[in-house]
Amino acid sequence: MEVARYWRTTRQRYQLVGEVCPNCSGKIFPPRDVCPTCEKEAKTPFAFSGVGEVYSYSTVYQAAAGYEKATPYTVAMIRLAEGPLVSAQLTDIDDKDVAIGMPVEMVTRVLREDGDRGMLVYGYKFRPVMV
Amino acid sequence: MRDVSIVGLGQTPVGEHWDTSLRELGFRALESALKDAKAERVEALYVGNMLSGHLTGQEHIAALIADFAGLRGIEAIKIEAACASGAAALRVGYAMVAGGLADLVAVVGVEKMTDQAPETVTAAMSMGVDADYEAMQGLTHMGVGAMLMRRYMHEHGFKREDFANFAITAHANAAGNPNAMYRSPISARLFNEAKPIADPISMFDSAPAADGAACVILAPTEIAREFSDKPVRIRASAVATDTVAADDRRDPLYLEAAAISAQKAFAAAGLGPDDIDLLETHDAFTILSALSLEACGFAPRGGGVRLAQNGEIGLRGRIPITTMGGLKARGNPVGAAGLYQIVEVAQQMRGDAGVNQVANARLGMAQNIGGTGGTVVTTILERL
Repeated sequence: MEVARYWRTTRQRYQLVGEVCPNCSGKIFPPRDVCPTCEKEAKTPFAFSGVGEVYSYSTVYQAAAGYEKATPYTVAMIRLAEGPLVSAQLTDIDDKDVAIGMPVEMVTRVLREDGDRGMLVYGYKFRPVMV
Repeated sequence: MRDVSIVGLGQTPVGEHWDTSLRELGFRALESALKDAKAERVEALYVGNMLSGHLTGQEHIAALIADFAGLRGIEAIKIEAACASGAAALRVGYAMVAGGLADLVAVVGVEKMTDQAPETVTAAMSMGVDADYEAMQGLTHMGVGAMLMRRYMHEHGFKREDFANFAITAHANAAGNPNAMYRSPISARLFNEAKPIADPISMFDSAPAADGAACVILAPTEIAREFSDKPVRIRASAVATDTVAADDRRDPLYLEAAAISAQKAFAAAGLGPDDIDLLETHDAFTILSALSLEACGFAPRGGGVRLAQNGEIGLRGRIPITTMGGLKARGNPVGAAGLYQIVEVAQQMRGDAGVNQVANARLGMAQNIGGTGGTVVTTILERL
C-alpha cells in the first residue's frame, strides 16, 4: 500500500469514522460526501460505535496476493448498530463458530503485509462481543 | 437512430493459450469475424478488456490489435467495465452504428489470464470490487459472491446442494460447444462433494479464469444482408450501474443494475420476460445466475434457484440459460466473457448452435455483470 493512501484513509481504518447526513440524519460509511439516501451533501464526520452483527460471511481459501499468509480467513458483512453494512475480516474466533446474527465489535489488527520489507497495513476487523 | 445488426461472428477456443499472446488472441477472433462477414476492413474497433495492464503489462491494446491486424489508421479504443467490459464494448460499437457515425464496426472482447499465478489473478479479479473498502480488508471478488450466496441461502432457506443444477446444466451444454474449456458433464455428487474455495462457493460454483477472444461485426440492418445471409438484429442494448461495493446496497441480494438495465432493454424492445427464448446469464458464480433471473423478472425473489432445481433452465426448459456452457464451463476470460455471450446468443439466433440449438429461438438475451453488480449490460438479439 502506498504511504499517502495509507494516511488519507487512516481515520476510517483506525476509528471507523464515516459521515452523518445533515438532511436526513442517515449514517454513512465509508465517507462519500454525498448521502446515498437523499443525495444531498453530507460532509459532517461521524464516529461509529464499532458494534454490530454478522449479516453474512465466508471463509476464503484462495486469497489475493498480500493476504496468503493468513489463509484461510473469514470475511463478513457487518450490519453496524447505526445502520450501514461494512465488510471486514473476523478475528479471535474459530471459522466454524461464525453465524449470521452474531454480535461483533470492532478491533484494530494487521490487515496485510506488503512483502518482507514493505508496510504493515493496520485497520479494523471484528470479533465476537465479549460477555 | 438506425437499426443495427450483427453480420459476423468470431471466437477462439477458451482455455490455456500458453503459445498465443494477447494481441494474437484478439486478432484471431477479429480475423474470423471479418471472414464470416466477408469484409476486409472496418471503420472502427472497440476492444472490451479488463486486465491487460495488470496481467500482461500492456495497455493501449485497441491500437495494438488494430496495428497487428493490419488496420493501421482506423479508430480503435479499449473499453473497461470490470467483468462487463465485453458487453460494454458492444454497447459503444452499437451506439456508433446506430448514431450513424460508422457503418461497419468490429467489437472484440479479449482476455489473457493464465500466464499469471493464481494469487495474482485473484488480486486482479478483485480490482472489480472496491479497492479501499473491500479488497483492502482481504475480500476477494469470489469472497463477496460467497457472502451473497450465504445470505441468499439464509433468507430463502436453501442449501448449497440446491444450486447444483446451474453447474450441471452449464457443463452439459459445454459438452456440445467445441470452443468450451470444460466439455465434460458433471454429476450432482461431484458438485456436492467439491471443497469450498470461498465457503459456500466451491470450484463448481465458480467460473475458471481463462484465455480467449470473441468478436462481432456490426452494420446497419438495412445493409446487413450485403455481409451475411443470417444477420442478427440487436433489438435492445442497455447499461446500468449500482454501488461497486456490495455492502453499500440497500439490499445486497437485489441486483438493481441488472433490474434497471433489463427494464430499459425490455421497454426499448417492447418485450417482457415471457417473450425471451433463452438467456445467457453471467454465471461467474452460481448465485449470480439466480440473482440475474430474479432481477430480470424470470423468477420472483428466491425463485431463481427453484427454476434450476425444477430443470427449467435446460435447453428444452422454460428459460434455457448458459446454452453453450456459460462462464462456468465455456470458461471465463473475464473481459471477453460478455462478447462470448453475444456470439453464443447470435449463434442460437442463426440456428448455428449445433446440438445445443434451442428449438425455434427467435429472441435471445444476454446479461453481463461487472464486479458483483456495479455495472450490468443487458442485450436482446433477434433472428431476422
